[in-house]
Amino acid sequence: MGNFSDRGVKQSIDWKLVISYLLLILIGWVNIYASVHSSEPSSIFDFSVRSGKQFVWILTAMGLALIILFAINPRFWESSALPLYLFVLVLLMVVIFVSKDVKGSHSWFEFGPVKFQPAEISKISTSLLLATLMSQTNYRITRLKDFLMTALIIGVPMLVILAESETGSALVYVGFLFVMYREGFSGWWLFSIILAVALFILTLTASPYVSLLVLIGVILITTIIIPGRMGVVGWIDLGILTLLCLLPWVFGKTVPEESFLAKVKPLYILLGICLCVVATMLVRGYRERKRYLSMGALGLIAGIALVFSTEFIFNNILQDHQRKRIEVLLGMKEDPSGVGYNVNQSMIAIGSGGFSGKGFLNGTQTTFGFVPEQSTDFIFCTVGEEWGFLGCLVVIFLYVFMIWRIVIDAEKSRESFTRIYGYCVASCIFMHLFINIGMTIGLMPVIGIPLPLLSYGGSSLWAFTILIFIFIALYRQEKKYY
Amino acid sequence: MTTEGNNRSRVLLIGLLIVAVILLAKLFYIQIVDDKYKINASNNSMVYDMIYPTRGIIYDRNGKIIVSNKVTYDILVTPREVTQFDTLLLASVLETTPEFIREKMAEYSRNKKKIGYQSMVMLKQIKPETYMKFAEIQYNFPGFRGQVRSIRDYPVNAGGNLLGYVSEVDQKYIDDHPGEYRPGDYAGKTGIEAAREKDLRGEKGYHIYLRNSRNQIERRYKDGEMDKEAVPGHDIVTTIDADLQQYGQQLMKNKVGSLVAIEPKTGEILSLVSSPGVDVSMLADISQHYNEIIKDPHKPMFNRAVQAPYPPGSVFKLVNGLIGLQEGTLNMDMAYPCYQGYHFGSHKLGCHNHRSPLKLEEAIMMSCNGFFCYVLRNILENKKYKNIDEALDKWNEYVQSFGFGHKLGSDFPAELGGTLPTSKLYNKRYGKGGWKFTTIISISIGQGEVGVTPLQIANLAAIMANRGWYKIPHIVKASEGVEIEPKYYDRQYTMVDTTNFKKVIRGMWRAVNNGPGTGCTAAIAEVKGLDICGKTGTAQNPRGADNSVFICFAPMDDPKIAVAAYVENAGFGATWAAPIASLLIEKYLNGETSRPDLENRVLQGDLMSRVKTYN
Repeated sequence: MGNFSDRGVKQSIDWKLVISYLLLILIGWVNIYASVHSSEPSSIFDFSVRSGKQFVWILTAMGLALIILFAINPRFWESSALPLYLFVLVLLMVVIFVSKDVKGSHSWFEFGPVKFQPAEISKISTSLLLATLMSQTNYRITRLKDFLMTALIIGVPMLVILAESETGSALVYVGFLFVMYREGFSGWWLFSIILAVALFILTLTASPYVSLLVLIGVILITTIIIPGRMGVVGWIDLGILTLLCLLPWVFGKTVPEESFLAKVKPLYILLGICLCVVATMLVRGYRERKRYLSMGALGLIAGIALVFSTEFIFNNILQDHQRKRIEVLLGMKEDPSGVGYNVNQSMIAIGSGGFSGKGFLNGTQTTFGFVPEQSTDFIFCTVGEEWGFLGCLVVIFLYVFMIWRIVIDAEKSRESFTRIYGYCVASCIFMHLFINIGMTIGLMPVIGIPLPLLSYGGSSLWAFTILIFIFIALYRQEKKYY
Repeated sequence: MTTEGNNRSRVLLIGLLIVAVILLAKLFYIQIVDDKYKINASNNSMVYDMIYPTRGIIYDRNGKIIVSNKVTYDILVTPREVTQFDTLLLASVLETTPEFIREKMAEYSRNKKKIGYQSMVMLKQIKPETYMKFAEIQYNFPGFRGQVRSIRDYPVNAGGNLLGYVSEVDQKYIDDHPGEYRPGDYAGKTGIEAAREKDLRGEKGYHIYLRNSRNQIERRYKDGEMDKEAVPGHDIVTTIDADLQQYGQQLMKNKVGSLVAIEPKTGEILSLVSSPGVDVSMLADISQHYNEIIKDPHKPMFNRAVQAPYPPGSVFKLVNGLIGLQEGTLNMDMAYPCYQGYHFGSHKLGCHNHRSPLKLEEAIMMSCNGFFCYVLRNILENKKYKNIDEALDKWNEYVQSFGFGHKLGSDFPAELGGTLPTSKLYNKRYGKGGWKFTTIISISIGQGEVGVTPLQIANLAAIMANRGWYKIPHIVKASEGVEIEPKYYDRQYTMVDTTNFKKVIRGMWRAVNNGPGTGCTAAIAEVKGLDICGKTGTAQNPRGADNSVFICFAPMDDPKIAVAAYVENAGFGATWAAPIASLLIEKYLNGETSRPDLENRVLQGDLMSRVKTYN
C-alpha cells in the first residue's frame, strides 16, 4: 500500500464506509419517526416519542464513534480482548437472575429509565477475542485444539444468550462460521452445517416433505451438476424432482379420500425414491470409484435421518410445554391473541407499498398499530410500505455495500487481527440483515432481532456503532503507518 | 494463503450477493407481482372487526342449563369519525346523561394521539331494546356503532359463587396470562368459570374490512379469505343437581355455613352451598354490585364449603373409632365408664348425661365424649410405638388417608387443606417430651388443632358410605371435548379395613333410627324407609355459640348420597344441621318431604343475629 508515512484524517479513514453508516442511521431515524407518527403530527425532535429519543441515541453514538476513532489507541482492543470478553460474559450471566421478564426473555438490565442488553455488546467482545486468537501466528483452524478453542469462544456466550431466551441474538453467532471458513475451516463442513440448520427449521416450520425435496435438490446439484456430468441422467433426475414438487398437490386433487392410495402419503413415495437413489449412488460410487457419489449418498442418508428424527422427536418425545417453547422460539405459535400472524401483518404492510411506496408518513398499515414492534424489530415494514420496492432496494444495497466494503478492506489489511475482526463485523451485520428482513417478509420464522442501525433502541445502535468503528479505527491505523 | 483466502472471500461475497438477491426477489414478489398483499393505491387500510366467541354453556347433571348467554350491546366510538352531533338526543336514546357523553368525548380528545383511528368502548352492556332505538337513529351519529357482546345469563338461581363470575380482564390479569387476553376481553374469575376458563372461553375471530381514505368501510378484504371465524367455547356439564342445589340454598337461607352433598360411588358433588352466597342476579353484572358484595360483613364471595377450616367436633369420633379398631386398641366388646365426662387429675372433659359404661356402637349412637377419650388414649399409648410422638404421627397418617390435613385435589380453584397436628407441632409448642395424651385430649372429640373444610367432612360421609374409600370430590363431569383428570376416576383407599367400617356404621344407623327417648342423638333426622346413617357434632366456636354439625348418608345398604351440614353458631348438631341434611336427603331420594312442619321450621329459621361477623 504505498509508502505514506502519516496520512491525514481525510485519507486514512474509509469515508465510504462512514457515509453508508450515516445514511443507514438517517434512514432509520426518519422511518422511526414515521412509525410512531400518528395522524397528529409531532416534531421529529419530540423527546416524548421514540424518534426524539433515537435522536439522542444517534448523537451519543456519534460521540462514541469519535472517541473510538481519535481517543483510543486501536492496540487497546487487541490487548484487552480477553478481560473484555470475560467481563461481558459475567454480565450475560448476571442478567439472567436480575432482569425482569420481557416477553419471556431475561436479557435486559434496567437502571431507572435506561435499559441495556448485554447480548448486544457480547458480539463485540466475542469478535475481538476471536480475532486475537485466530491472528496468532501458530494458529491453524484445522488443528483440533485450535478449532476447539474457537468453538468455545463462540459457543459459551451463544449458549448463555440462549438461556436468556434471546434466540435471535444467539443465532447471530452462527455467522462466525463464515469467519472460520475464511480462515481455513472446511467449506464442506460450513455447507453441511448450514444445510442441517436449514433442514431443521424447514422440517418444523414447513413440512418434512419440503425439507426432503430441498435435500434431494442439494445432493443432486453437488453430485451430478457441479462435477460437470450433466448427462441424460442429470436431466431425468431434474425432471423427476420437478414432478415430485407437484406430487402433494396432484395427490390432494385426484386421489379420493377413502381409497387405498390415500393411505400412501406423498412423503412415503418420496422416501422410497430417496432409498433407491442412495442405493444406486452407493453402487455406482463403488464401481466407478467416484468418491463424491458415495459421499453424496452418505449425506443423503444423514439428511433423511435428521429430517425424520427432528419430526419424531418434536412430535413424539418432547413434552407439550417443551414443544410449545420451540414453537415459540421458531415463531410458529407467536400470536395466540387472534389478530392474524405478525408475519401476515408485516407482509401486508410491505406488500402494500408496491413499487414506489405510499410516500413518507402516508403509510396506513403502520400507523394503526397492526404491526407489532413497529419501530424496533419490524422497522423494515415502514420502509417497505412508505418507500416501496425502491426504498427496500436502497436499504439492502446500502447494507450489501457496507458489508462488501468491510470485507474488501479486511482483505487489503496486512494484519490478520484487522482482517479477522473485519470478517466478524461483516458476519454480524449480515446475520442481522438476513434474519431481520427475512422475518418481515416471511422467509424466516419470527425471531426478535433488530435491524442494524435502523431499528429503534440505544443498546443496538451503540453496539453496532462500536462494532463498526473499531474496525474503521483498526483499518485507519494501518493506512496511517504503512 | 492469500490466493486461497482471496478465493474464499470471493465465495463469501458471492454468497452475500445471492442472499441479497433472494431477499430482493421475495420483496419484488410481494410488492410488485403478487396482489394478495395489495390494498390498492388509494391508500386504503384494513379494519379489524373482532368477533367474540360465545362462551360455553354450563349444564347441571340432568342436562338443565344453569348458565347460558344473553345478547347485549356495547356502544363503540371511533373519535376521529365523529362529527358534530346532538348530545341530548344521543343521551336520551342510550339512557344516559349528556354529561357522561360530554365527559367521555373530552377524554377521547385528550388522548387523541394515542387513540388514532381505534374504536373505544363508551357504554357497556346495553339492553337489546335500547340498542334497537339507537340503531334507528344511528345514521345521525357517524363514528358511533354497536357491537354485539354476549354476557352470562342464569335461568335458575342455583350455584351462585359456586359458578363464579365473568368480568372484564384488568391489566394485571392480562400480564399474568401473556398473549392470551387483550383489554376488553372477558374471563372467568372465580368458581367453575375460572376453573374451566380455557374450555369455556372459545377462540376469538375477526373480519377484515377495507377502509378508504375518507375512513369509510368499503368492502371485505379479499372477500373474507383472510378472516378468522370465532370458535365457540366448550360446554361444561357439572355434577350439580340444580334442583337439589336450589333446595339446599333455601334450607341454608339466613344461616351461615355450608351444605355439601356428594354421590359416594363417583365422588360427584351433587350440591355445594356456601351461605350466605352471591345471588346469581348479581353475577351477570358483577362490577355494578362489587362494592356491595365486598362490604357485606358475611363475605358472600368467600366459599366456606372449600375454604373455611372448622373444628369437626364429634363427627371426628368416627375417624378415631375406626383407627382404634384397625390398630387393635379398640374392639366391639370394650366398655368404658363415663361420669359426665373423662376425668384426669383435677380436670375433666365434660359429657352429657347418659348411662354408663358404654360400648363402641352405643358410644357412637349417644356421642359419648368420655368413651372416645379412652379410644384416643389407647391409640396414643399403644406399646407398639416407641413413644407418643411416633404414635401420634401414625395417627396423623391414618387421618390423612381419610382426606384430612391436605387438599383433596378437587377441581375448585381455591381449595383449602385444613390442619392436622403432628408430633413436630406439639414438640415445638410444648418442648420434646413436654406433652402427653391429656395435653392434647381435645383432638379425641374433633376439637383443638384439627381443622377441616365442610367438603372434607362430606367426603368423610362418602367414605363411610363406601365402607372405606372415596373418589376425589369434583364438580365437572367429562363430556364431549372436555376432559377431567384421570385421578377423579380412581378409588382412594383409607388405611382402615371394610369390616371395621361395618361395625361403626351400625352405630351411625342407630344414632338416627334407634327411636326417640333411647338416647340416640339424631332421631330428628330419621325418615322412614330411607335408612339414614348419621353422626352429629357440636363444635366449639370461640366466636359465640357452638357450631352445629351433621354428616350422614343414605340408604344404608346402597348409598346414593352423602351429606355434610355445617351451621355456624347454631348450637347442637341435632338442632339445625341434622334436620337440614335430612331434608336434603329426603328431597333427593323421595323428591318431596314428608315432614312439612320440620321443613317450615328450617326454611323460616333465621340465625343471622347470632353470628358474629368478621371485621
